[in-house]
Amino acid sequence: MNRDMERHKEFSRRALMLGVGKIALFSTLAVRLGYLQVFERQKFTTLSDKNRIGLRLLPAQRGEIMDRFGAPLAVNKQDFRALLVPEQSDDVEDTLARLAKLIPISAEEKEEIMVEIDQHHPYAPVLVKEDLTWQDMAKVDLNLPDLPGVSTEEGQMRSYPLSTATAHIIGYVGRVSKAEMTDDPAMSIPGFRIGKSGVEKKYDEILRGQAGEVQSEVNASGREIRELSRTEGKHGHRLTLTLDSDLQMQCQTIISQQPSASAVILDAHTGEVYALCSHPSFDPNVFSSGIPADLWEELLADPTNPLTNKAVAGQYPPGSTFKMMTALAGLESGAIDVNSRVYCPGSWMLGNKAFHCWKHQGHGSIDVVGAIRESCDCFFYEVGHRVGIDALAKMARRMGLGEKLDFDVPGEGAGLIPDTEWKRKRYKQRWEQGETVVAAIGQGYVLATPLQLATMAARIANGGKAVKPILVRSIEDEGSKIPDWPMIGINQAHLDLVHKGMFGVVNDQRGTAYAERIKELPFSMAGKTGSAQVKRITEAQRAAGHASAADLPWKYRDHALFVGYGPVDNPAYAIAVVVEHGLHGGSAAAPLARDIMLAALKRDPRVISTVDDAEKKATQDKLKDKN
Amino acid sequence: MSTGRGVGQDHLSVFEKLQLISWPLLILITLVAGVGFISLYSAAPGSVHPWALSQGVRFCFGMVGLIIVALIDIRFWMKAAYPLYVIGILLLIYVDIMGHLSLGAKRWINLGFMELQPSEVVKITTVLALARFFHASTSEDVRNPLYLLAPLFLVLVPTAFVLLQPDLGTALMILIVSAALFFLAGVRYWIFGVVIAGALALMPIAWHFMHDYQKKRVLIFMDPESDPLGAGYHITQSKIALGSGGVFGKGFLQGSQSHLNFLPEKQTDFIFTLFTEEWGLIGALCLMGLFAAIIAYGYFMSLSCQNQFGRLLSMGVVVNFFVYVFINMGMVMGLLPVVGVPLPMISYGGTAMLSVLFGFGLLMSSHVHRDVKFTRRGLDMA
Repeated sequence: MNRDMERHKEFSRRALMLGVGKIALFSTLAVRLGYLQVFERQKFTTLSDKNRIGLRLLPAQRGEIMDRFGAPLAVNKQDFRALLVPEQSDDVEDTLARLAKLIPISAEEKEEIMVEIDQHHPYAPVLVKEDLTWQDMAKVDLNLPDLPGVSTEEGQMRSYPLSTATAHIIGYVGRVSKAEMTDDPAMSIPGFRIGKSGVEKKYDEILRGQAGEVQSEVNASGREIRELSRTEGKHGHRLTLTLDSDLQMQCQTIISQQPSASAVILDAHTGEVYALCSHPSFDPNVFSSGIPADLWEELLADPTNPLTNKAVAGQYPPGSTFKMMTALAGLESGAIDVNSRVYCPGSWMLGNKAFHCWKHQGHGSIDVVGAIRESCDCFFYEVGHRVGIDALAKMARRMGLGEKLDFDVPGEGAGLIPDTEWKRKRYKQRWEQGETVVAAIGQGYVLATPLQLATMAARIANGGKAVKPILVRSIEDEGSKIPDWPMIGINQAHLDLVHKGMFGVVNDQRGTAYAERIKELPFSMAGKTGSAQVKRITEAQRAAGHASAADLPWKYRDHALFVGYGPVDNPAYAIAVVVEHGLHGGSAAAPLARDIMLAALKRDPRVISTVDDAEKKATQDKLKDKN
Repeated sequence: MSTGRGVGQDHLSVFEKLQLISWPLLILITLVAGVGFISLYSAAPGSVHPWALSQGVRFCFGMVGLIIVALIDIRFWMKAAYPLYVIGILLLIYVDIMGHLSLGAKRWINLGFMELQPSEVVKITTVLALARFFHASTSEDVRNPLYLLAPLFLVLVPTAFVLLQPDLGTALMILIVSAALFFLAGVRYWIFGVVIAGALALMPIAWHFMHDYQKKRVLIFMDPESDPLGAGYHITQSKIALGSGGVFGKGFLQGSQSHLNFLPEKQTDFIFTLFTEEWGLIGALCLMGLFAAIIAYGYFMSLSCQNQFGRLLSMGVVVNFFVYVFINMGMVMGLLPVVGVPLPMISYGGTAMLSVLFGFGLLMSSHVHRDVKFTRRGLDMA
């Protein structure tokens, strides 16, 4: 231990020497700091003041958004604005009061300006008023000597030419909230705006561009003496969407016939969305310049949810539009074939529990084509029961239901396709057979968005190609973003049977939407109606003859749905329409779908050319006959 | 010696160890970290995102780690010294190779939840290895210059790999801390004289091997005003920020230099500048006082150790911490060239904070086990 004692002593001695060295070094730091902060303070304070006015940001122009033909959907328009640097004003209140004599500044606006001044550094310019007329700006400019700290500037405002028709899908821009702040220097530009919803939000970084910067030497009163360096900003990229703005407007007008509805129409082969609408809507131009609080409250309180993009975020039980999934699951698994028939007496028994068909007197003996055409519930109860929920769920997922579709607009709903595993995880319960039967007609747990239903219709129509909805056609000069879709691998013969059923729905007298068929030849459409229960009808109500939902209050009425495609041979478009609380798919949703489909077909050069061919052929035939 | 509360016993229960932990030191460390959160909050600016919150979470994990390291027997750390040293070197080689493959300076490994910088790891493992080596040597051994070749090798291997990255700041830190350990172990004074003279003579050669940006930084350090908008920008702006802060500072969240982005890397290397601009000379002296208190505390803990391993390990950790603080502060004040050394516990960054806390864990472990006796090879004294 002696040995260690000796070492310990040596160690302590040397540690002491090191310690003295450290104290010396630390003292050097303290002295240096004191020197900088006490003796050189004045010099550095001047330098610091000089510094802080030397940086000016040049806003970048936001990328424009175009439709597939180059028509503008979101553009920038010039505006004039007044700014205020609080530090340069002796009395901010007084300056604002004098400014208010020249241009209208409400008490509310003034309050907002004062809040903004409190939140920012006194040397940062604050936006006082934007969207000034040229006259107003000239008035302010003329009086600048009496308005210390005020300056005017030419800026750009976002404008949406289609207004309400594209409010949901394009979205709008707004002032940056605290939570949205990033380290992008552009955020500190007064009046800077970022995308708040829709494409504007999803593609914000691409649209935003990069702010430029000017570094300049300035004197104490803030006047630029010379520019030291300048980095030019980069304007945002231009986006070209797959939308057809004319069709989008027509679509919005058509669905406005109902109090609350949404519709999606897309190219059945590529997935390009031609129109996607949600009604009621709002004016995004008002939103871009700042939403008045009372309007915002009103929109939030509206039971028809004008702020929600129902085509993408709305999740509804698909009802009978789901029956194609049940049919395909049955056909693909071999549980049924083209000849299988089920007898429908008006209800179907599982044990001692009765499941009712919508048609009380029953459909009699019916096959798969007839069951789709006439929407026979009993047939699909039986098929669902035979294939089981897991096979049913698998088919639905292959056709695009139950999962998000990576769509180019935020807020996409995932829908829900239940199976045994889902129920075990979600409720820790075994799956009941009765739930399979309900799911087979698209009720119970099953949920889908209109976007998913349109995708499903497209996959049926295109012969089983796994398309997904696409909204952005290209970014600036990059090439087209549309991929080649893989095949799902469904037997064409089985799809043909479904096509036959869907043809019958609209074009056969027994079909549930025969009244809404396209009568204008040679245009055509196939489809499937559906209605989704919002409120359960109890056995007691049924007995009391309360089966009709029409006398329920609006918000408890069934949703009306329609999915379809057209033209019937060689489909070009797939469509889905959901009318909230519209009662019956055939009467409420089908006419809207028909009008939208007809509008799309009439605009499509591919379809028109076949019309011309048909006409030519007819004339030729006539001439031949004459000869 | 072995009286009361388990002091002097070879095997302590966890409860006894917890009682032996020096809680005042932990409080001092937490206070410094608190200054760090305030500064990161201000740098954000005025938000816990993206820095203050994640730094706070790391600090909490680091403190738990510190206590766990402190509770582990000092004899375990002695046995683990060489294996950990080897692991540190392997990690360094790994990033050197990866960096070479990706054609650039790569200094970290992505662990998913954080980015691990092996150069920070070897700072501590080299101290461990040296402490173990000198623990086993007698006073006569260390007076023999030839005997020192082996420990010198222990130092030069990690230094060389760190230089390859290239990370001049860390390489210098390893050398300085190692030199302090050689000094404390009892190496003769004249040897240091020779080495320092040799280093001065070798400087021109080192200059030749430096990267352009490193040369530039040294030149600008000599004369920062020569290039006020280019590379001298960092130093000039930092001095303006410090100087304009004055005695009382510009006030919390009011640092115009920092918030207008005149100050570069305000959340990492230049965070002391941001803090001082806002809190003034008074704030800066308080912070330096906290650092000094931590170092002084570490000193007494080291000196009260009854074994050479614990003493050297503790002092190595303390010197490492001191060098961090000194280089960073000297750098932002324009006393030292800008070499990219963070301010420990304050700068944003995971590995630096965790390696410093791990170091303090080892310091604490030698304190908790200060009376444990073991032989030159680290075995229990029967």
